[in-house]
Amino acid sequence: MKIVIINYGAGNIQSIKFAIQRLGYNAILSEDAEEIKAADKVIFPGVGEASNAMEKLKQTGLDKVIPTLKMPVLGICLGMQLMCNYCEEGNTQGLRIFECNVVKFKNQLKVPQIGWNQIENLKTDLFKGIKEKEYMYLVHSFYVPINKRAIATTNYGIKYTSAMHKSNFYGVQFHPEKSSKAGAQILKNFLEL
Amino acid sequence: MLTKRIIPCLDIKNGRTVKGVNFVALRDAGDPVELAAIYANNGADELVFLDISATEEKRKTLIELVLDVAEKVNIPFTVGGGISSIEDVEILLNSGADKVSINSSAVKNPQLINDLAAKFGSQCVVVAIDAKQINGEWIVHLVGGKVPTNIKLFEWVKEVEKRGAGEILFTSMNHDGTKNGFANKALAYLSNLVNIPIIASGGAGTMQHFTDAFIHGKADAALAASVFHYKEIEIKDLKNELKRNGIPVRL
Repeated sequence: MKIVIINYGAGNIQSIKFAIQRLGYNAILSEDAEEIKAADKVIFPGVGEASNAMEKLKQTGLDKVIPTLKMPVLGICLGMQLMCNYCEEGNTQGLRIFECNVVKFKNQLKVPQIGWNQIENLKTDLFKGIKEKEYMYLVHSFYVPINKRAIATTNYGIKYTSAMHKSNFYGVQFHPEKSSKAGAQILKNFLEL
Repeated sequence: MLTKRIIPCLDIKNGRTVKGVNFVALRDAGDPVELAAIYANNGADELVFLDISATEEKRKTLIELVLDVAEKVNIPFTVGGGISSIEDVEILLNSGADKVSINSSAVKNPQLINDLAAKFGSQCVVVAIDAKQINGEWIVHLVGGKVPTNIKLFEWVKEVEKRGAGEILFTSMNHDGTKNGFANKALAYLSNLVNIPIIASGGAGTMQHFTDAFIHGKADAALAASVFHYKEIEIKDLKNELKRNGIPVRL
């Protein structure tokens, strides 16, 4: 199986590579459109600020490539947010794979949300073997509101979408690569989709 | 519900874990990667590695260590010690660190906080602050708490938040190494003062101290070293105890 982690200079890709390695698979890092298109599974990571990350995608032309991919694609954290229509952060137009917008937490709780929170209302095989209310590690200031693509929800002052799915595209707001054994299981589920 | 975090801190010197009592008299408590993996398995929510030997020639050793930890450990970790530039941070994050912690360099060059937040995002910028209460006033200290500044803690914390820090790691020099509990009054004040998470550090001796830091200190996370390294407190027992006290934890 050929697993490609999109390497566009936005995020902790080393951790994802290591997490996949711990599952007994090997992933390559690439920003080459042809290599990405030829993969069996693609991971679209992202940490940092949305408009900068989107700018980097545009520089490499990957903003045009990612929405056309046909294999299972997993967006993680900012990767998931960039798959959406629009991000409030940096007034950023996203890849428009998911129809929803990404908005800032406006509640009385601390922002960013940093730490372990629960995921529930789990749907699809991405969560095979994962129990409701399992803990995942999250770090974010912006969130995707509840929408019809949600396959997991989390509560942080409000209930929001912590994972979503549309055809071959999956997105998770949490970091499976940093979420202990349950996170590893979710990554494994994705690789075995 | 977002849980309160328990964070073992591994002070690193020459690739080994050490823990100072009041930041002096260092003892050796083992191999950092092995310890990190044990803590991750035992329910630690995050780890902090503070390289207290952070000189130029040691920097490479630290990068090796970060890579090694990232390869073996499946929970988030922060690296601190001697970080003073965007380049320092870039190589640590690229090696697998999730966050970096800056301390003296932020005091000397506050713009560094803005620069790091802009380039890497606030979420990976932890500003560590060592402070000592002198004549009722909390004063920021440098060089592992040895050198006083004329900066007031509460003013500095506000500034640090404004400049884009994602978290504050607050160590009370009056409490560190004493095992008499965290600086809960100052912690609670800090927690209300800013809207970013506060990590309590300095003074952990018993499980009750952690409960107090979360309830009275309103801390978002609590960090400790020797009580974990010398197995005086097992993280699993601690989390069960916290849960019994009504504090949300990941079990």
